[in-house]
Formats: sequence, C-alpha cells, structure tokens
Amino acid sequence: MSVYADLSAAIRAEEPVALVTVIDGPNTGAKLLVRPDHEPAGGLGHPELDRVAHRDALAELEAGRSGVRHYGPAGETTPEDLVDTPLVRVFVESWAPPPQMWIFGAVDFTAALAKVAKVLGYRVTVCDAREIFATRRRFPMADEVRVTWPGPMFDERGDELGPRDAVCILTHDPKFDVPAVQGALATAVGYIGVMGSRTTHDKRLERLAEAGTDAPEELDRLMSPIGLDLGARTPEETAISICAEIIARRTGRVAPSLRDASGPIHQ
Amino acid sequence: MKDLLDDIDRWRADDKRVALARVVDIEGSGPRDPGAAMAVNEVGEVVGSVSGGCVEGAVVTEALSILQGERAPGVITFGYSDDEAFAVGLTCGGTIRLFIEELAW
Repeated sequence: MSVYADLSAAIRAEEPVALVTVIDGPNTGAKLLVRPDHEPAGGLGHPELDRVAHRDALAELEAGRSGVRHYGPAGETTPEDLVDTPLVRVFVESWAPPPQMWIFGAVDFTAALAKVAKVLGYRVTVCDAREIFATRRRFPMADEVRVTWPGPMFDERGDELGPRDAVCILTHDPKFDVPAVQGALATAVGYIGVMGSRTTHDKRLERLAEAGTDAPEELDRLMSPIGLDLGARTPEETAISICAEIIARRTGRVAPSLRDASGPIHQ
Repeated sequence: MKDLLDDIDRWRADDKRVALARVVDIEGSGPRDPGAAMAVNEVGEVVGSVSGGCVEGAVVTEALSILQGERAPGVITFGYSDDEAFAVGLTCGGTIRLFIEELAW
C-alpha cells in the first residue's frame, strides 16, 4: 500500500494518524506515516531522523496538534548540534479522532445542540434513561443514542473523555442531573455544562452537597447555568450559546464582542 | 483533508495527476489553521481551500506549474510581512505558508 492509501484509510476510519513531510531540506517531499501501535511507514532519508520524527509525531498526535518542526539531517535536535548544520524542516500533520460531546437529557434543546455540535465536528452521543424519548428517530443527527442512566454510561465509557471533549447535562431533573454531574466530574472531560435557571442551579448545588459533592475545586469545573449570556431564547440560539461557551473555555477567552476588545483576532 | 479524499480518489481513478497544497504555518491573523488543504488536478479542477478565498487563485497557478514540471515541490508564502512573499496577500494582514507538491506518494 502507498503512504496515501494508508493515510486515507486511517482518516476515513477516524483512527489517529500523523503524516510527517519534509518541506525543506534534503529529500523535500519525503514522508513518514505514524500511527500508535503500528510500525512507521515510509522514511525521511536517515534512520535517526525517522526515529526522532516518529517519537515527536506521536506526541503531537496525542495532543491533536499540527505544525512545523526542525531537525538536523541526521535527526539532531539540540541547539548545539544544530549549529552549522543544514536544517531539515518537517510538517507534522495530525488527524486525531473527533472530540466527543455527550448530551444527557432527550429534550428539544438536545436536538438543536446535537446539530450545532455536529457542525463543529463533534461525535455526539445523546443519553437518557427514558426509552420513549431517547430514540434515533428524534435525534437522527446524533452519532449514537443511548437509553441508560448516567452512572452506567460513565462507568462504562468515562475513561474515553479528555480535555477536548464536552458533557452537557440538559435534563434539569435532580435524579438525573446529580449522577450525571458526579459522573462527569470523575472524568478528565474539558467542559461540563449543566442547564437550568439560577433557582434550579442553587437547588442542584444543595442536592450535590447532600450527595457528597461540595469541594470548591470540583464545583468550579461546572458551567452552570450553561452557556454564554447571549440572550438566547430558542433551542437553536441556546445551542449556539453553549457551543460558543465551549469554544471560549477552550481558548481561555472571556468572549466579549470583537469590536469591544483589541489585539490580534487569532492567536 | 478528509473532505478532499473522495474527489482525489476519483481523479486518480481517472488517471488525472493531482497536486496537494497544505497550510503548514501561519503568522499573525490567518483564517485557516495548519492542515487546511486544497487539491488541484491537471485539468484545473479544485477541491478544498486554504484561506478565506484570498490566495486560492494563486495556489491553483502554482499547483499547475508543479504538475507541468515548471517548479519543484516546496514552501510558498503568502502575505505582506515577507519580502519574498507572493504579490497576492491576505486581507487580514497575516502570513501563511503552504507546502505544495504532486500527490505521487
């Protein structure tokens, strides 16, 4: 198989893969295809360069990053070794599996949020214990619809969630919210949003405290009430406000209007 | 890149040669992140994009000259901050670097 055939197969299967390409230096255009738990394919022109590029590409892939790196022609990496050597510049391009969004509660807001999340590239799972609401027919845009309680869902798959992923709890029913919040807090998920009015939020905090979840550093992870203050009313507008908040949390911005801020738009 | 695969496969199945341009680096304000890609085949059909529409026309020209053997694969720069930059710029004032090559691998 060619490098391209292997690469396109992995991208289509949404399996993690990184392609290292020499973009400047001897062997411009040479490729090394890197996949976790696979031998690398191709080569950049020197075995030691292949070894360090393979190692670095696996790390970039883990972080979901793409960018340019510099080496010496024999894989030198330390600044002293790179003095007076011609540089090899490589582009490491990572294809990481899509981030996940788990939405708890099969309500109208769920359908709108699942739609917007799909636009943003999330793999969306809708979860509700009520069989008549959690149906594929109601959520055709979701990748997966699970009829289950939050506890079993997190027990089974909570370790899949990481900093790029999101959990949105839209049930505003304490018997569902409390285990969902506790389950999410036990994971490394990057965003936890919980829907409800400020009154609901206050009552939820009481219930969580009764259930033993009251540590400030845990509660600080909750975005509750969920979403940015856009004045959203409809499910679709609310979905935008939630997704906008997820983006702002990831980038560490406070999300004012661009007009009312200064500095570069992209960083 | 994922969005490009079906078209690339179809072109290659038709024995059309394909050039691939990928954003490898941006400086300052830039509309697309590293990895944004477009592909151009030997008859000038295009799929994908690498900016907000500012430089795609120039990329097609470069891609075709690579397929015609008039230039070697390599990095080209678009933007105002580099003396060697192509005349075509980005309206946002940033600089992007693309790696363009024939997809012969």
